[in-house]
Amino acid sequence: MAMRSAVVTFPGSNCDRDMAVALANVSGTQPLRLWHGDAELPDGLDFIALPGGFSYGDYLRSGAMASRSPILQAVVAAAKRGVPVLGVCNGFQVLTEAKLLPGALMRNASQNFICKTVPLKVETNQTRFTSAYDKGEIIHIPVAHHDGNFFADEATLDRLEGDGQVVFRYAEPCNGSRRDIAGIINAEGNVLGMMPHPERAIEADHGGSDGRKLFESAMGALLNA
Amino acid sequence: MKVRILVRLKPGVLDPQGRAVHHSLEGLGFDGVEDVRIGRLIELDVADNTTDERIDQMCQQLLANMVIEDYAIEKLSASEAA
Repeated sequence: MAMRSAVVTFPGSNCDRDMAVALANVSGTQPLRLWHGDAELPDGLDFIALPGGFSYGDYLRSGAMASRSPILQAVVAAAKRGVPVLGVCNGFQVLTEAKLLPGALMRNASQNFICKTVPLKVETNQTRFTSAYDKGEIIHIPVAHHDGNFFADEATLDRLEGDGQVVFRYAEPCNGSRRDIAGIINAEGNVLGMMPHPERAIEADHGGSDGRKLFESAMGALLNA
Repeated sequence: MKVRILVRLKPGVLDPQGRAVHHSLEGLGFDGVEDVRIGRLIELDVADNTTDERIDQMCQQLLANMVIEDYAIEKLSASEAA
């Protein structure tokens, strides 16, 4: 079965091509490329990726404008129907601004843009995005962000932890995130947001391949569905 | 009608930007600054019949992120707006 995936490009996205390459490389099928002004999604999509970058120049707040764009209304509707959605970096910011995921991504506590490969702990492999990893596995994935400082109130954090929705945690402090949270999934298990860039770590010759299993997990979940 | 929206981080939400500015003020020799918090001022020019409810909706749906921010609405009189 060929997978029908799509990568959304906003004005200011800059990881959309990397995301498309990662999806094509792992699935063997070229993803569709969608534009922010499209009000409707193509029929029969079974995977949507929101890439990293600086959509709309990060005006107002990172991800704020993109989350109100025409295509995001269609993405929200698709997510609510159960279509898997992966948001990386700016894509994670968009997902929180669109209220598909709780919390917010604030300016890094250091005030600095952080661009380096960091160790991440896979907190759960009971998700459609992480089933190919071992629980507790430490993987190395690049981060490149200015606003990656995850914030949510204590009650929300406790709920996320208790319900197994914290998927990735920085294995060492990175950007000031509450409880070192690097990636979370929604309660329904079909929307994952993460600041680190798995699409930049799919080939050993290009900075490591620890991100590959995320795409393999997600593609495998579709094939087994 | 001119309306000013003041968007601020909620109390208790750490403001790294404010802290850096606080540190810089101290570095410049300004003693006695207890705290610095940075917010955002948004000025709207809206139709005179725009209701408070509408302005509230603008704040909640876009201008503020209610997870981390509060907002205050100030309507300017004609003389203030001039």
